[in-house]
Amino acid sequence: MAHAVQEQTRAAAGPLALHGLSVEGVNQCVHCGLCLASCPTFAELGTEMDSPRGRIFLIKSLAEGRIALGEATARHLELCLDCRACETVCPAGVPYGRLIEAAKAEIERQRPGGAGRRLFRWLNFGVLLTSPRRLALAAAGLRAYQASGLARLVRRSGLARRLSGTLAAWEALLPPLPRRAERAPLPALIPAEGARRARVALLSGCVQSVVFGAHNRATARVLARQGAEVVVPAGQGCCGALNAHGGDHARALELARRTIETFEAARADAVVVNTSGCGAHMKAYGHLLADDPAWAARARRFAASVVDVAEFLAREPLRGPLTPVAMTVTYHDPCHVVHGQKIRSEPRRLLAQIPGLRVVELAESDWCCGSAGLYNLTQPEMATRLRERKVGHVLATGAEAVVTANPGCILQIQAGLAARGAAARVFHLVELLDRAYPAATP
Amino acid sequence: MAVLTESRKASLRRELEAIVGAGAVLADPDELLVYESDGLTLLRALADFVVFPVSAEQVSALVRLANRESLPFVARGAGTGLSGGCLPAEGGLVISLMRMNRVLEVDYDNQLAVVEPGLVNLHLSWTVGARGYYYAPDPSSQQACTLGGNIANNSGGPHTLKYGVTTNHVLGLEVVLPDGEIVWLGGRTRARAGYDLVGVFVGSEGTFGIATKIVVRLLRKPPAVKTVLAVFDAIDHASAAVSAIIARGLVPAAVEMIDQLTIQAVEDAFGCGYPRDAAAALLVELDGLPFGMEAQAARIVQACRDAGAREVRTARDEAERQLLWKGRKSAFGAYGRISPAYMVMDGVIPRTKLPYVLRRVNEIVAAHGLRVGNVFHAGDGNLHPNILYDPRRPGEEARVVAAGAAIMRLCAEVGGSISGEHGIGLEKSDFMPLIFSAADLALMQRLKRAFNPTGLCNPGKIFPTSKSCAEVGPVASRPHAIEEKGLAQRF
Ligand SMILES: Cc1cc2nc3c(=O)[nH]c(=O)nc-3n(C[C@H](O)[C@H](O)[C@H](O)COP(=O)(O)OP(=O)(O)OC[C@H]3O[C@@H](n4cnc5c(N)ncnc54)[C@H](O)[C@@H]3O)c2cc1C
Ligand code: SF4
Ligand code: SF4
Repeated sequence: MAHAVQEQTRAAAGPLALHGLSVEGVNQCVHCGLCLASCPTFAELGTEMDSPRGRIFLIKSLAEGRIALGEATARHLELCLDCRACETVCPAGVPYGRLIEAAKAEIERQRPGGAGRRLFRWLNFGVLLTSPRRLALAAAGLRAYQASGLARLVRRSGLARRLSGTLAAWEALLPPLPRRAERAPLPALIPAEGARRARVALLSGCVQSVVFGAHNRATARVLARQGAEVVVPAGQGCCGALNAHGGDHARALELARRTIETFEAARADAVVVNTSGCGAHMKAYGHLLADDPAWAARARRFAASVVDVAEFLAREPLRGPLTPVAMTVTYHDPCHVVHGQKIRSEPRRLLAQIPGLRVVELAESDWCCGSAGLYNLTQPEMATRLRERKVGHVLATGAEAVVTANPGCILQIQAGLAARGAAARVFHLVELLDRAYPAATP
Repeated sequence: MAVLTESRKASLRRELEAIVGAGAVLADPDELLVYESDGLTLLRALADFVVFPVSAEQVSALVRLANRESLPFVARGAGTGLSGGCLPAEGGLVISLMRMNRVLEVDYDNQLAVVEPGLVNLHLSWTVGARGYYYAPDPSSQQACTLGGNIANNSGGPHTLKYGVTTNHVLGLEVVLPDGEIVWLGGRTRARAGYDLVGVFVGSEGTFGIATKIVVRLLRKPPAVKTVLAVFDAIDHASAAVSAIIARGLVPAAVEMIDQLTIQAVEDAFGCGYPRDAAAALLVELDGLPFGMEAQAARIVQACRDAGAREVRTARDEAERQLLWKGRKSAFGAYGRISPAYMVMDGVIPRTKLPYVLRRVNEIVAAHGLRVGNVFHAGDGNLHPNILYDPRRPGEEARVVAAGAAIMRLCAEVGGSISGEHGIGLEKSDFMPLIFSAADLALMQRLKRAFNPTGLCNPGKIFPTSKSCAEVGPVASRPHAIEEKGLAQRF
């Protein structure tokens, strides 16, 4: 009966799962609603299916068999940014990130979608992201295309929109690619300066090494200045974060195993990561591979050695002398730094040590900017709404630059500022730290 | 209650979309399911539609349509209510106010703000905080709940002890009456002529219409605040300390109690600094002018020590104070660490009965084979026993309901009330006769009919009805005068 109150008897106790992936965590949600106003999609739409509590409820209802995976449910789950702001506020400790990953994998299984969507996924997850070489090749092609002036033409003609899924999406996402020198790989070993404090392995990332080689260089220089010997393991690929968030569970497992193998060989004290999505994901390898007896222990050990670059650097005061950087900046917290890894004070503490730098707080600094991995490719409308919200707050601070710590956020905020014709610039935290060193080393 | 046919549903949907737009009507059963509960998952009810108006005019048009179609309707804010107040007990329309969440005006000179009902409570304080103001009523759910919900439930909070409840802070309301007419109650000043209709509307639990604009008072932030944490090895000692503080004529802004089970959940959640081995802790806050505050704090510390506190300390800085409050305010949610579900009770008792009632509550819940966590506004004598349970275990929900009923009877017996701030809603309607006579209830019914003659606006709430009796579960066993008069029935 439609309107009955409390007439339903629940399924007997038993672990809840979606096709083998546990979602037992849904039972930790006590439906208090304290997470609602912290969820960017709920704040924008006001619909509870687009809130953490609502999504958890949908996942629970799916697992209990109360509902089938219909179009509406899939849409609400896919609209989730996986920003994990809800995890930060949830007093009950609901492991939301795991639940949504399982749900997205289920969507892929049950509703793989049409040819366009499958091509998009195959190109991204299967081809480009699994191999930095392939991504580099694609990047080289893209660079030639951009340089030829064709890019502007394509954008203007609206051809980009008509080009099928992926290429158009990457076209919009990628900034002007740096020159070849910037894209060249880092040396395999960068020695520590001064007293050596640790040997660290640097994740050079997949998209990152192609688009943002400069960040990796700055990271390596700053780490070396802080006394770290930096190894850059050859043959490293994608960590699998985008695959996992996109519901491509099988390939995520494979990429995780490969990453662990590559980094173990580097024999470092820590694995330093400067892209937040990767760092948060690699810290969760222990959970990801928990059911694989051959890998579980290795994965846990590896995960424990992963640190975000800000987390690592903030452990000791910056080694001076530092040169002033006269600028007013504001800091945007990348989701997978602040929510995924609970790193909030470290970047601010580091910035505070740079002489001459004035840091003003950003309203909703820990709200997703809409970049969210491939989200701005798959959900352009919501991504743009959140970008506009973010840029509005940035402009309200009057800061000359936004400092953040993740390539996706940098691209997204840059695009938003450009769209408003604003002059403010966007930096990775390590770029600013790098600037603070007098006449930096190589 | 009629079940809508598919064709009528389709035509209704078109009409609703004509009012609020296509993206603002939910009718898919999977989506409606998400709206089946509020913060109390024990009760569930499904709507036929959930709609998202953006203006008073749209709300009014929706209400008129509902009247024409004899369709029940109910307002919903954030759905953090704890008594099923926003559930569509008889189906029909759920009117969500979440897209009406703007601060329309802040008048600092006159210390007031005009806001829309979907505004989140805490967001108002954020908006005016930079200028040194805040909105005083602070339900523990303030990071999520809306002012519309607060108005409807006349919500309180830890600082109610000194600052009063929502009604003390509302100056005026724009309301869409249950027949669709838009009226203003009260205004922008405290002086009023005629009946105090704002006072009547606040606390009417969404049965007198839908608030679409709210004029609230703003207060200046107190120049000084001091927060004391007192730790006890016995609950009785903590209860005694509460009485001692009040008996010494001290007026703290808040006196909150939190017991061991709750401390453990909260510490698991955020590591807030409550000692895990304490039987209970009191969080006492003083605010106001700095002058004399030290002396007051010293007297509070002394009162706690005299009552047997093993440790009393003052929050060193704002960060520590915030963390202690974060623990207190997250307590309900933190039960998710130790239990898949809970039901919060909301009894009010005379403060002097605190030790006795707490003991009895623990006995009652244990006798039903369940666990209970207590975290509550001790200064007001407003108890919140949280009965923990697992809905997947057959029979547990029934035992929860039975234990809850026994606790409500206990509160009534000691001269208290069955609800302090969470509202009667669907959950406690059958227990109204415990505290109100037939004449009381009849008067309330007459008042309700004056506002809501058709009963279409939020039906099934507050008053004991035969329907809710059958569905909500066991009710008080003692027959009540109201039944003899035929005003209500019990099964
Ligand atoms: C963790 C937690 C802690 C809580 N702590 C407290 C506390 O300390 N003090 C306290 O008093 N309560 C507390 N509550 C209960 C709850 O948060 C309050 O009752 C709150 O006011 C409900 O607001 P809401 O926006 O969620 O309303 P909802 O739950 O959506 O609705 C509540 C009632 O308001 C009506 N309503 C909503 N909007 C309107 C409107 N615009 N016009 C007319 N009627 C309307 C609904 O019909 C319903 O009857 C707590 C709840 C939780 C989950
Ligand atoms: S805060 Fe946590 S427990 Fe509460 S509704 Fe949100 S996810 Fe569930
Ligand atoms: S991960 Fe982000 S978008 Fe998704 S439910 Fe949580 S807060 Fe909302």
